[in-house]
Amino acid sequence: MEAKDKNAKPKIKMAVYWGSACGGCCVSVLDVHEALFDVIAAADLVFWPIALDIKYKDVEAMADQEIDLCLYNGAVRNSENEHIAHLLRKKTKILVAYGSCAHMGGIPGLGNFSNREGIFERIYQTTESTVNPDKIRPQTITKVKEGELTLPEFYNDVRTLDQTVDVDYYMPGCPPQTERLLEVFTAIVTGAELPPKGSVIGAYEKTQCDECKRKKTENKTVKEFKRPIDIVDDGETCFLEQGVICLGPATRGGCGVRCIEGNAPCRGCYGPPADSPDPGAKMMSAIGTMIDSDDEEEIQKIVEQIDDPAGTFYRFSLPGSIIRRKLL
Amino acid sequence: MEFQPTIISFLCNWCSYTGADLAGTSRMKYAPNVRVIRVMCSGRVDPTFVLSAFQEGADGVLICGCHPGDCHYHEGNYKCLRRYHLLQKYLQQMGVHKDRLRLAWISASEGKQFADLADEMTATVTALGPCKIKEVMETLA
Repeated sequence: MEAKDKNAKPKIKMAVYWGSACGGCCVSVLDVHEALFDVIAAADLVFWPIALDIKYKDVEAMADQEIDLCLYNGAVRNSENEHIAHLLRKKTKILVAYGSCAHMGGIPGLGNFSNREGIFERIYQTTESTVNPDKIRPQTITKVKEGELTLPEFYNDVRTLDQTVDVDYYMPGCPPQTERLLEVFTAIVTGAELPPKGSVIGAYEKTQCDECKRKKTENKTVKEFKRPIDIVDDGETCFLEQGVICLGPATRGGCGVRCIEGNAPCRGCYGPPADSPDPGAKMMSAIGTMIDSDDEEEIQKIVEQIDDPAGTFYRFSLPGSIIRRKLL
Repeated sequence: MEFQPTIISFLCNWCSYTGADLAGTSRMKYAPNVRVIRVMCSGRVDPTFVLSAFQEGADGVLICGCHPGDCHYHEGNYKCLRRYHLLQKYLQQMGVHKDRLRLAWISASEGKQFADLADEMTATVTALGPCKIKEVMETLA
């Protein structure tokens, strides 16, 4: 229906899609709560699988560049994710890699420690609860008497969105903080000047430590790295100074230090600050220098306490890092 | 032709670079596979540098600094040593052979030791064969 007020701004068209994702990013959009009314006053949601029954063919029927803003969340794990990424790129003016998975690979990106065969072998064969004597595996094409059934092809590599299509902006977070989404959304609908293409939006330039209110001193050296379960956190002292690995020094601010405020160390979902090409390397650099020893043997012993450096420092960013998969 | 590895080395300005320079001015012969990048201190070698070298196609990376206790900046080489062990653990998790990354102490007078080290590391990495990182990272499967 035509708007009655002829001076009213035309609504923008907005799409939200999930690739290889948990659904948390889509929920973070719903988390705008009552501001959802402001959102739908300014935008028509033309595609949003979690909330609206709009089919892929409806998107295919749209004109190119018809969608003004698309928030693509989730990594690209299979051929369906890739197909829709290409489709939405074609139909969208501003494509945003929304959330850690689209930005850097996220938790699904940890699949890059293995490959398709390794993952299928585990899931369909060797898990303790699996009984599969016929070694049945998902097939991309299955012939049945009614015709052919198809499934998307599962890739060896989990990819970030920008390894798949051209991306305009990145909005980090697992999930992105809803307040940041509203700021970005408001900027787009009001026609504010947008940052240069390729920028990280909805996050700060500075790191978590800059926002963190815990007590910090210059001395961060430790003789022992501990898991959060091993300490009695006083709720005030910097986690690093208590020997717990916190990714704050190498992670962008913008989330409102949610985890640290909840007495859990930062795990790095907001990704590296500007000018850091590799998310984990900066953190390894920082953590390495914290080791309080000049003796090589003792240093090695202390490093041994960090059980899983790759999984710790690249928890949300493996596919987006320099060595983006394990060599197999 | 036999495989010729590319080894990127980061040498600290005060000891190791001078040591490598001594090998040169003394006309010692050593493997040409080691390509030298001078840094002010081994403590300046960010893990990103090492990862970038592998990404660009290095088959091995060598970091050299002053002997413990001799750092021009007091403790840069210790910082390097600490980072090195953490980086090694990470690289091994990613399936990179430990001998592809090496840390050694070379003083300004150790030209011979540098030449021997360059030969030795070249032989080790030649035996390991080409590093797959560049190729694997460039192709999405």
